[in-house]
Amino acid sequence: MDILRNLASFLADSVRLVFRGNRAYRIWVAVLLVLMAAGGLAYANQLRHGLIATHMRDQVSWGFYIGNFTFLVGVAAAAIMLVIPAYVYDWEPIKEITILGEMLAIAALVMCLGFVMVDIGRPDRFWHIMPLVGRLNWPQSMLAWDVLVLNAYLLLNWFVVTYLLYCAYTGRHYIKKLVLPLVLLSIPMAVSIHTVTAYLYNGLAARPFWNSAILAPKFLASAFCSGPAILLILLQILRKTTPLRIKDEAIFKVAELMAYTMGFNLFLTAAEAFKEFYSNTEHVVFSQYLYFGLKGHTALVPYAWASVACGLAAFLLFLIPKTRTNWVTLNLGCVLIYSSVYIEKGMGLIIPGLTPDALGEIYEYRPSTTEVFVAAGIFATGFLVFTIMLKAAVPIMLGQHTMGKGRPAPPEPLDPAI
Amino acid sequence: MTEAPDPRSSEPLAGCEGCGSGGSDTSRRAFLGTAVAAVAGALVGCGNDHVEDFLQHNFRELSKAEVEEMIARLEREYKAQFGREVHVGHEPPLPGVIFGYALDLSRCIGCRRCVHACVQENNQSRDPQIQWIRVLQLDKEEGVDLRHADQYYDPPEVPEEGHFYMPVQCQQCKKPPCVKACPVGATWREKDGIVVVDYNWCIGCRYCMAACPYGARHFNWGEPHLPAEELNPDTHLLGNRPRPKGVVEKCTFCIQRTRKGRYPACVEICPTGSRKFGNLLDPKSEIRYVLENKRVFKFKEDLNTQPNFFYFYGV
Amino acid sequence: MTKILPPPLAPGSGVAILGLITTQSTFTSSNKCNDPAVGPIHLAEPHPEGGPVPSRATRSRFPAWGLGLLLALLPPTLRAQAPPPQGGDGSMPEGIQVPKPPFTEGIFPCTSCHDGKSLKVNPTPRPLTAMHDDIVLKHGPASRWCLDCHDAQDRDKLHLVSGEKIDFTVSYRLCGQCHGDKYRDWRVGVHGKRTGSWNGQKQYLLCVNCHNPHSPRFKPLKPMPPPEKPDRIQAWKGGAR
Repeated sequence: MDILRNLASFLADSVRLVFRGNRAYRIWVAVLLVLMAAGGLAYANQLRHGLIATHMRDQVSWGFYIGNFTFLVGVAAAAIMLVIPAYVYDWEPIKEITILGEMLAIAALVMCLGFVMVDIGRPDRFWHIMPLVGRLNWPQSMLAWDVLVLNAYLLLNWFVVTYLLYCAYTGRHYIKKLVLPLVLLSIPMAVSIHTVTAYLYNGLAARPFWNSAILAPKFLASAFCSGPAILLILLQILRKTTPLRIKDEAIFKVAELMAYTMGFNLFLTAAEAFKEFYSNTEHVVFSQYLYFGLKGHTALVPYAWASVACGLAAFLLFLIPKTRTNWVTLNLGCVLIYSSVYIEKGMGLIIPGLTPDALGEIYEYRPSTTEVFVAAGIFATGFLVFTIMLKAAVPIMLGQHTMGKGRPAPPEPLDPAI
Repeated sequence: MTEAPDPRSSEPLAGCEGCGSGGSDTSRRAFLGTAVAAVAGALVGCGNDHVEDFLQHNFRELSKAEVEEMIARLEREYKAQFGREVHVGHEPPLPGVIFGYALDLSRCIGCRRCVHACVQENNQSRDPQIQWIRVLQLDKEEGVDLRHADQYYDPPEVPEEGHFYMPVQCQQCKKPPCVKACPVGATWREKDGIVVVDYNWCIGCRYCMAACPYGARHFNWGEPHLPAEELNPDTHLLGNRPRPKGVVEKCTFCIQRTRKGRYPACVEICPTGSRKFGNLLDPKSEIRYVLENKRVFKFKEDLNTQPNFFYFYGV
Repeated sequence: MTKILPPPLAPGSGVAILGLITTQSTFTSSNKCNDPAVGPIHLAEPHPEGGPVPSRATRSRFPAWGLGLLLALLPPTLRAQAPPPQGGDGSMPEGIQVPKPPFTEGIFPCTSCHDGKSLKVNPTPRPLTAMHDDIVLKHGPASRWCLDCHDAQDRDKLHLVSGEKIDFTVSYRLCGQCHGDKYRDWRVGVHGKRTGSWNGQKQYLLCVNCHNPHSPRFKPLKPMPPPEKPDRIQAWKGGAR
């Protein structure tokens, strides 16, 4: 009963925290809500007419939604970039902030699920994919695996975050024997979600662009080099807006690790390009379409080269210690790598895989207005989830908001910047 | 046919009792049914039909009685939708039959009559347009090379000089990548070799479409539009019955015809006799004659899908 | 419902009869196998101007009374279904139906003119001027001419290389002499159009239903419309559900 009462109090106080905030916070939330409303309207239109409201057709049957999904799985997996040094190498400066990485993973997974829901043709039949209740074609279907591992990872992160915050709220120490194994488990789980997502594409012999053994390593490399970029920017924001103390060296260490993964990612890209263009089999048409255009269709070419250029520039900025430790260039590098991987995982993966299609036809896919609005709505939802979690979590983490001895402590005057 | 339950009666939901198969499925479904029925019924408002439709399980898990009820329900729906009697059969595979198909590339002239006969026979949506067969115009000098394929050719007469024609439809593979890919098991290979789709189970994720190397699977992106006077009322549950929005469909070797012994529509309409069809297990069939006396090849055979669809050059 | 066609009205024969009412030429100009009415599926031919294909089946353009009249006029031998052909190397499989030869109206029996009395037999190869001048013979070398296939003595028959006279109803035996591989393929159903059941009764066509024996090369057809391009596919204007 005690636990239930504490939990109820924990939830109630968290909700209270979320609804209190300064002007900037309210404006931010308002913007997100507007975007969500716009996305909701666009989705209603899509529900009414069907997926014909998008620009996906038989020839390119996956597009913007699945591209975003793939990218966000990478972001979710990247949380472990903080976990590894913090817990495996027991590096104190990062330890407190791994929880932020896990919250980011939760928000990213919420968005992933959102994108899957808006992409399927029969959302009313969503229950068909649930094990036991529906019929899950496991272990044959990679999508079935993906359903399982993504939800397991989400549950894991959600549990760890909730438990840690609950402990901080009730003022007691978390049980290390419970938390540590789970956190360490999240490392192979994060690897698994992105490997399974890569296998989704990798396993399709029908799509030679995807049917390459390098796909799973490439996914992991690009996830690890781009996911933490969001975290780095976030940490800087949190440092300025909350009493949260984050050491410079924590940020720079993460940036250094990212540099190595960026280098590896570039190497894998080069390896892929070599195989395609040097061996020059019929399968080169997909890479050709992406980087050089095919039969006059060149819509993706500027994006492809922008992705390469941004990735290269970000790598150099992160590699050279001088630019890595300069806040301007560091943040520029974050934006660059984020853009580079967003293109690489989105339009640089899905569309060339399906263009030309199985019978050699080229249909140039571009997202429709509906797709853009729905995607914006889902991104806004994810951002809102993350914001809400942060809004409740940060004060609790800082010990500013605790339960005290069975009574909710009067909230400390919070930093007006929040 | 069994008596269709009166939708206005307060009978308990079908699928919850009298299940002949899947013992544990029964209790699970019973629980699900009763738990969700109230909510679903309240939400949907009217009609047991909608609720039954929502709760229905994968075709392979249904008992005989449930299949009959499903068919009765579907025939009611089609009657309401088209204003015509529609017969939905569910003939099982004929014993000792595996269907094979052979297409003579030396004789196909690319006239596309097969495409349109298929559309008529199989109740495909006219607008947005869905066609299960795609005819590729290829270059004689390049052979079967998809880099030189064009399916939008429209000359005044076919065949055009320097080109030959290759229609592509579902190859009914023995190792179908689409069946492997489907996360909910909505598509599977039947005993007679036909790969079918349970249109009431498909969630429309389109993973199977990405998995198919032949571009043979098609999606109902919008609400399919089929004028009532163009409807073919002789349908099969897993074949040419009118499909809803948001599900995948494809060639089923005219399952509604072939399981009754008839040729598929494309075979019958082809004016040059380029299409051959029969039972691979019958040594005296036309298809076996083609395999033994002509040299066949399989499309994209390096992908090891082992299609039951063969291409050959008759002359 | 399964359409079961009674043997005498098998699509091939129906079309063969229809073919008799087309043009004045000795042999109809259109290939019967291209006729959409052959086979239980009815498909409208593409419009000459290339407009949208009407989806309604095109019914026969010929009046029913003409058909009845024609049936009445046909000699009894031809009104009956052609007997299962006896080939030189084995008979046709059971359950095969072959339609009647697609003669031009009024041209058969040939002996109504070529009775041996009013018209004398002239076996000299030459271009014809008085009659049958509409026939253009494009079949084989330049030395080919009419009496290579048509029997000089009995014009109601064709003759094989051995001299054996055969009916027009089994003209495929004549074709098969030179085109043996195609003949063998046709007999098992691998050459040419077939309708019906893969495990039962089938309908065949005669060689001459698709290949004009005087100019056998398959004529090009107007193709049916190409598919819609994906960027043109939109929701039906009639509205969503």
